Amino acid sequence: MSEKKSVGTVFFNGIIPENPTFRLVLGTCPTLAVTTSVLNGLGMGAAATFVLVCSNIAISLLRKFIPDQVRIPAFIVVICTFVTMVQLLMKAFLPALDESLGIFIPLIVVNCIILARAEAFASKNGPVLSAADGLGMGIGFTLALTLMGAIRELIGNGSVFGFNLLGASYEPMLLIVLASGGFLTFGLLMGLVNLAVKKFESKHAKKEAQAA
Amino acid sequence: MSITEILLFMVSCILTHNFIFNRFLGCCPFLGVSSKVETSVSMGLAVTFVMTIASLFCWLIYNLLLIPLELTYMNTIAFILVIAALVQFVEMFLKKSSPTLYSALGIYLPLITTNCAVLGVATLNMNNNYGLLQSVLNGTFSALGFLLAIVLMAGVRERLESSKIPACMKGFPITLVSAGLMAVAFMGFSGLV
Repeated sequence: MSEKKSVGTVFFNGIIPENPTFRLVLGTCPTLAVTTSVLNGLGMGAAATFVLVCSNIAISLLRKFIPDQVRIPAFIVVICTFVTMVQLLMKAFLPALDESLGIFIPLIVVNCIILARAEAFASKNGPVLSAADGLGMGIGFTLALTLMGAIRELIGNGSVFGFNLLGASYEPMLLIVLASGGFLTFGLLMGLVNLAVKKFESKHAKKEAQAA
Repeated sequence: MSITEILLFMVSCILTHNFIFNRFLGCCPFLGVSSKVETSVSMGLAVTFVMTIASLFCWLIYNLLLIPLELTYMNTIAFILVIAALVQFVEMFLKKSSPTLYSALGIYLPLITTNCAVLGVATLNMNNNYGLLQSVLNGTFSALGFLLAIVLMAGVRERLESSKIPACMKGFPITLVSAGLMAVAFMGFSGLV
């Protein structure tokens, strides 16, 4: 490797600058489907983070042995192994969460974030950096899912983590926890994130212009 | 299954349990390849083709191989390998037999491997204990629902291009919001079956 990247920058890269959900728009299916409550979002995020970190480490360790032509099937098999592990562990220890995430646990295999990181990062970098990248991306994904879950649970159910916050007089807006609300919340949130990033960048540019 | 049952199943798969608007499966290609009506039709047809064959083969693999060998916990790995191999095979077959169709579907075929709708339908068939016929029908009809959704969305997006949208909402955000409104419309079908 010619350029040295520090573990810290790689780690933080996934949380905000290249947040997989809001900036790269990867893995939209679980983002929309499981964020009906904070707990579901958090659980999905944790499961995906585990798979991301493990598969990134495994793939970066194996990167010299996997022939280039068959790398995608090889990556998928590695990812699939970890997903099956998560699936079995969750079924054994967290049956309620397993029930509510349902089909989206096996579908972590085809979550584009994981394959994209394997292809774009882990197949080119060492295990330590890859682990940091996986952890950063995973946390970024988890934060996005938790935020979406919190907003949808608060508006659609009047509660967060199952605790009622808005009182009994609040009429829950059911639409938000239904399918359509997922698209609406995601779209509006992404618009807000874009706005915030733009503001931040223009401020940054102004500062640089003043300094120069 | 009688004809009435099949028709009801079709309505349920295409409208009330639409893959995009109700189950959230296949959202990545739905958002990624829906900017033009023509490409979205090609993508939808490719997905229909693969989902039908994948449902058939995954059912066969699961019921004739994994259950007798007591390897059902390997289902995810088995399914994804079947799907990847199928997509590759379909690509080679089309290249030889129908170059026009191949060039129309071209780049979309390999993308289908990571389309969660395909793995999703195989897993759903398994979880619901569908028989062979019902699995294949589920694959075809659900894929037709996907086709409907992606073509409608492409129509909306072609219109959106010429309308005034705040800068921060351009691209994905406005697409998601329109998809949300379309999902509201699809909710209207929910009492149908």
